[in-house]
Amino acid sequence: MSVTVYVPNDSAAIGVGANATAQAISRIAAERGIDLRLIRNGSRGLFWLEPFVEVVTDEGRIGYGPVEAQDVPSLFDAGFLKGGAHRLRLGPPESIPYLARQERLTFSRVGIIDPLSIADYEAHGGGRSLRAALRAQPADLVEEITKSGLRGRGGAAFPAGIKWKTVLQARADQKFVVCNADEGDSGTFSDRMILEGDPFVLIEGMVIAGLAVGATEGYIYLRSEYPHALGILTAALRNAEAAGYLGTNLMGSDRRFHLHIRRGAGAYICGEETAMLESLEGKRGMVRPKPPIPALSGLWGRPTVIHNVMTLATVPWIVDHGSAKYAEFGAGRSRGTLPFQLAGNIRRGGLVEMAFGVTLRELLYDFGGGSASGRPIRAVQVGGPLGAYLPESRFDTPLDYEAFAAAGGMVGHGGIVAFDDTVDMARMARYAMEFCAIESCGKCTPCRIGSTRGVEVIDRVIEGRQRTENLALLRDLCDTLSNASLCAMGGLTPAPVLSALNHFPEDFQRPPAPAPAGRASRTIRRH
Amino acid sequence: MEPRPPASTSQATPGTRETLATIDAVIETHRSLPGALLPMLHGIQDRLGHIPGGAVPRIAEALNLSQAEVHGVLSFYHDFRNEPPGRHSLRLCRAEACQAMGCDALETHLHQRHGLSFHGTSTDGSVTLEPVYCLGNCALAPSVLIDGEVRGRVTAEKLDRWIGELKADRGGNP
Ligand SMILES: Cc1cc2nc3c(=O)[nH]c(=O)nc-3n(C[C@H](O)[C@H](O)[C@H](O)COP(=O)(O)O)c2cc1C
Ligand code: SF4
Ligand code: FES
Repeated sequence: MSVTVYVPNDSAAIGVGANATAQAISRIAAERGIDLRLIRNGSRGLFWLEPFVEVVTDEGRIGYGPVEAQDVPSLFDAGFLKGGAHRLRLGPPESIPYLARQERLTFSRVGIIDPLSIADYEAHGGGRSLRAALRAQPADLVEEITKSGLRGRGGAAFPAGIKWKTVLQARADQKFVVCNADEGDSGTFSDRMILEGDPFVLIEGMVIAGLAVGATEGYIYLRSEYPHALGILTAALRNAEAAGYLGTNLMGSDRRFHLHIRRGAGAYICGEETAMLESLEGKRGMVRPKPPIPALSGLWGRPTVIHNVMTLATVPWIVDHGSAKYAEFGAGRSRGTLPFQLAGNIRRGGLVEMAFGVTLRELLYDFGGGSASGRPIRAVQVGGPLGAYLPESRFDTPLDYEAFAAAGGMVGHGGIVAFDDTVDMARMARYAMEFCAIESCGKCTPCRIGSTRGVEVIDRVIEGRQRTENLALLRDLCDTLSNASLCAMGGLTPAPVLSALNHFPEDFQRPPAPAPAGRASRTIRRH
Repeated sequence: MEPRPPASTSQATPGTRETLATIDAVIETHRSLPGALLPMLHGIQDRLGHIPGGAVPRIAEALNLSQAEVHGVLSFYHDFRNEPPGRHSLRLCRAEACQAMGCDALETHLHQRHGLSFHGTSTDGSVTLEPVYCLGNCALAPSVLIDGEVRGRVTAEKLDRWIGELKADRGGNP
């Protein structure tokens, strides 16, 4: 009888040695004449336990972690293939509190299945939604998504149903579904985990979106910083096509949907939907003024549904379980769940999918276990590089779009980056300006020039030169950026800057220090 | 993984027959794609390690664009380069989660110990260092990408070891 062992093929797991662990397991099994089937799954998202190895035993799956290659011989000696005792034994994964407490809907299969096996996907409920969608009326699909309350997970949280309805009602010779897999926000990795751990759910979601709005062509715009995800996604597209999830006769019907992958080229602004469309068309990633909205005039001027990976990957769950079931989760106008990402200086970093309404404190301490350094958590940035820095006094705010905004934050794509008390918030404010200078598309003067000015002004503050005047100047600059920017890149850069200034003013009054190296001028894009 | 070119191609200077043949082959396989320019540029850089100046007029002609338009796109995106890089690529994440775990100290270490600064190549031509803004490895920060593979929980000692290995390895990217 062969034994089945799982070792993640997730890039973060590989980054701490999963490939070496997998090789060691195969090698020792061969040496000992053991018939072993090694499956490379996605990650469960408990990253401090990676490489997280699972064995299928009579009592179900048993996890061990973190398993480095050097631990493998002792695992065999301890009889881990039968779930034997070992200092790295963690028991059934689902009983680990971090996972047990979660509400995994979008991530229901990640870490469990072989990401490239259609059979495994279907054995775990995959494919049912597409079959149902092929029998459904487009308007009913749109209605179902509308009733679920699903809002865009890429940052703006716009209701998905309204977008779908607009595209469905638009008349055109061709419509498109575009998946935004640019995942540019630092502190986020949920899109990557789906791409590497359950790519078929994204593909299925895109095809359903296509059936709902009448689009037969789809594009996935994937950031170039994710080469491993690209490899898995490319293979997944091939397998999906072979299994009738894509192509000219979807599941034997006369409906069709073709899907293409395009690689980004290292520009944060191309995560903004209109810049992404420009990039897909082969141009510079310059933001387009709206209107026209992409739902009416998007890719090559055609009606286009653009969604984040999470939004699309949640669609199959909703179609399968019903909108009412999905809408049971959540708080206020934020329905369903969000895969939060715990990152930075945090002891137990990872993916935590929970219904909206969970608090930052629960995520940081109950799940995250406090800082990795053991020092107090002093500041947290939520929602990527354009999100505000929050001090401890805001940690009890529930994470739903409206409540969090009322507390001065932005849920965004659900990335949560923790900093301990060694952080210098003046330097974080400087970095926010620097990032804007590096990544600005260059269309608006305040964003292009003002951000570089912002770096210089903060440098003078750090150096202790005319602090009062320069801090006033910084606030003026932030005003201009908020008011005179075409998109949220320039418009929201003031959020991290001003929150740092307002919540941590003492960091702008430290003893004068040399400003950090003048990277802004070194790394800024050559226009 | 991205395709590795044969060693001989990597020595080719812009304009050599081999380089131009590679460029033309990439252009040919991509020219009918909608929005072909980015895939084309990626294709050339995957094979040659950079976009030689000689590629621009050929791409422009194939896509019916002006050379200025091609250059405009080329220069907009951080990924594309005009100069050949070192044999190996080291990208250090500078974004917030990695800052929270000390990537700035790693940057300083790379500079002081290995003479590497962003956008620079080591004097022996083995390693090019570049900044990157998030690798999706933020729960295991700080992170680097070495020849397309993520490594997490990076320390100065680990960097020293990896750079030693890269310098000893004669193969690698063009
Ligand atoms: C500067 C900037 C960067 C963005 N980056 C991303 C990104 O990396 N991924 C993403 O899904 N949305 C990003 N967005 C949001 C998109 O513009 C758009 O709202 C989203 O793709 C729509 O999909 P959704 O409705 O599913 O969220 C960004 C927006 C801005 C202004
Ligand atoms: S705010 Fe900045 S990134 Fe956005 S359109 Fe203006 S210049 Fe471009
Ligand atoms: S911030 Fe460095 S990997 Fe995400």
